[in-house]
Amino acid sequence: MLVEQYGPLKGQMLQIMDETGFIVQPDLVPDLSDEEWLELYKTMLRTRTADMKALQLQRQGRMLTYAPNTGQEAAQVGSAAAMEKNDWHVPAFRELGAWLHRGVPLETVYLYWYGNEYGSKFPEGVKNLPIAVPIGSQLAHGVGLAMASNIKGERDVTVAYIGDGGTSIGDFSEALNFAGVFEAPIVFIIQNNQYAISVARHKQTKAETLVQKAVAAGIPGILVDGNDLMAMYAATKDAIDRARQGGGPTLIEAYTYRLGAHTTSDDPTKYREDSEVEKWKPKDPIKRMKAYLISRGVWSEEQDEAFQEEYGEYALEVFRKVEAEGEPKVEDLFKYTYKEMPAHIREQYEEYLEYLEGKVE
Amino acid sequence: MALMNLIGAINHTLDYEMGRDESVVVFGEDVGLEGGVFRATVGLQEKYGAKRCFDTPIAEAAIVGTAVGMAINGLKPVAEIQFSGFAYPAFNQIISHVARMRNRTRGQRNLPLVIRMPHGGGIKALEHHSESLDTLLGHIPGLKVVTPSTPYDAKGLLLSAIRDEDPVIFLEPSKIYRAFRQEVPEDDYTIPLGKAKVLKQGTDVTVVTWGAYVHEVLKADKILQEEGINAEIIDLRTISPIDGETIIDSVQKTGRFVVIHEAAKSFGPGAELIALVNEGAFLYLEAPPTRLAGFDVTIPLPRGEHHYFLDADRMAAGIRKVVRY
Ligand SMILES: Cc1ncc(C[n+]2csc(CCOP(=O)(O)OP(=O)(O)O)c2C)c(N)n1
Repeated sequence: MLVEQYGPLKGQMLQIMDETGFIVQPDLVPDLSDEEWLELYKTMLRTRTADMKALQLQRQGRMLTYAPNTGQEAAQVGSAAAMEKNDWHVPAFRELGAWLHRGVPLETVYLYWYGNEYGSKFPEGVKNLPIAVPIGSQLAHGVGLAMASNIKGERDVTVAYIGDGGTSIGDFSEALNFAGVFEAPIVFIIQNNQYAISVARHKQTKAETLVQKAVAAGIPGILVDGNDLMAMYAATKDAIDRARQGGGPTLIEAYTYRLGAHTTSDDPTKYREDSEVEKWKPKDPIKRMKAYLISRGVWSEEQDEAFQEEYGEYALEVFRKVEAEGEPKVEDLFKYTYKEMPAHIREQYEEYLEYLEGKVE
Repeated sequence: MALMNLIGAINHTLDYEMGRDESVVVFGEDVGLEGGVFRATVGLQEKYGAKRCFDTPIAEAAIVGTAVGMAINGLKPVAEIQFSGFAYPAFNQIISHVARMRNRTRGQRNLPLVIRMPHGGGIKALEHHSESLDTLLGHIPGLKVVTPSTPYDAKGLLLSAIRDEDPVIFLEPSKIYRAFRQEVPEDDYTIPLGKAKVLKQGTDVTVVTWGAYVHEVLKADKILQEEGINAEIIDLRTISPIDGETIIDSVQKTGRFVVIHEAAKSFGPGAELIALVNEGAFLYLEAPPTRLAGFDVTIPLPRGEHHYFLDADRMAAGIRKVVRY
């Protein structure tokens, strides 16, 4: 069991593949084929490409505020890949890679960041919760999903995400505690990208690691190189398997780095040195997985470039559709407040329609 | 005098009061090193040190809870909540302690603290960044709830808020943080809390509003003036405690009343104001007092927000209806 070897107080971080794409722990490599790793890699690359496209569109004034994922793709895709389709996925708001792996259409993702409510409505069968903006508030939902699985005697596991800054809010501790008390089949993933907007990780808590917080809740935890796809997959799979067998919750700290800005409204040069960012660039999760796949002979630089170009064009096409169809209808404002529209809301709706008609005339 | 926008006036005022009064401390998420996500506290940590202006972990309940402790122990905390939509985790502290400490201790422990928050909508932001908390906060006895509509008012009201012996929630209309500049005196002046301001005298109808809507109402007024409608326009400035006297005096003169706010209509401050008008000027009324307010729905995301927030045309249409009743 990985958690025994890499438990919160062991002072060790699980890494299977190093920065160069070299396998440092051959015994721990998960049992996936080269083709399966390649498929996961492609999802990481889709994530990055979709991110870059969104940033470009935002600069052109066509997309609203956007929260980029650059540098965190392995933490997202590796954890989601360890899930079964029927498991529950509970995001914070920076989990694009996991979303794409889980089958959320890019159109839905772009609709969300375009500022349309339909960006929180997923296709039937995608067991994902929508983005939760209030930090930490989603974790208790995850625990509730997992408790329900227990109560109903179902085997589904829940995987729920939070940022390093999010570990400071009460909701985080409450959720961990509940999960422990009720032995909920849930895996918490902290994407420790070292910053909460401008606030550096060391200013959020005196604790040496974030995964230590598992100790107080009496649940297992593991610190993982979040830029290592294999390690993220292995640790999450281990935790999910345990949860599915009745072993309760696990806390995973994915140690990673936000290479980009917090959102497009943020200027990171105000609070961190370029030299720090430069230091993290060689640890890029995409770079190392690409090197590995090339060394295995299943991928090439040319294919990589062609793939990015093709997906970039696809992303642009998707966005054009969002632009063309992304304006909400007036009735959309009103009709989802309750199952049945109460009289006072119907009155407001009709009065507004009347006003709009009068304006046209 | 210096030309300042609203956010600049807030920054200047915090600087001014920290310089004058050592007990003032300023803190919140991203407030220290970065100077706030809206730059309200920029330069303060550099100038006054990290003991008096600092970043906190993400924990709104603890931000407000520690402000309570600091206020009891002789400081004047000015805490920032990053957006009013993230104040909810702090509501336990706000309602259970901030608002009650004076009453609970029979006046022994008062809380001279300020909680600032960007407030209101119309800025095309993500979910929870467009909230109007007028109703929720206005309903809590023991709180003063203040909202400026100009840089000049922002300074005068914020100085009063920091110097007040009771807790003040200071709602800053983020939509107009950088909308325009105005001459703001660099020396000391205060604007009393609990007093509305008549922005323009008029004879036909009393229109009350506050925050960012003030400027939209002034635009609506231009439209109405061209039609010969002469509205009296009042900026409420303090949502609680409400200045009933100024409003009732005005309605007794005009005979008509319209209140315009961003918050959802039902149970909102508009209902409260209309009750006051009915109680204090019923026999003067020539038309039903009217609310122009948010729909009773969740505030829409950016693509739909122009339907929710009233523009000058819609305000003018609503006021016109009352005048022509
Ligand atoms: C309760 C609450 N307070 C404040 C915010 C504003 N806010 C949005 S993101 C953020 C920082 C989050 O940092 P972290 O949890 O580390 O996640 P990251 O953004 O780095 O992915 C803050 C303070 C919020 N969304 N919710």
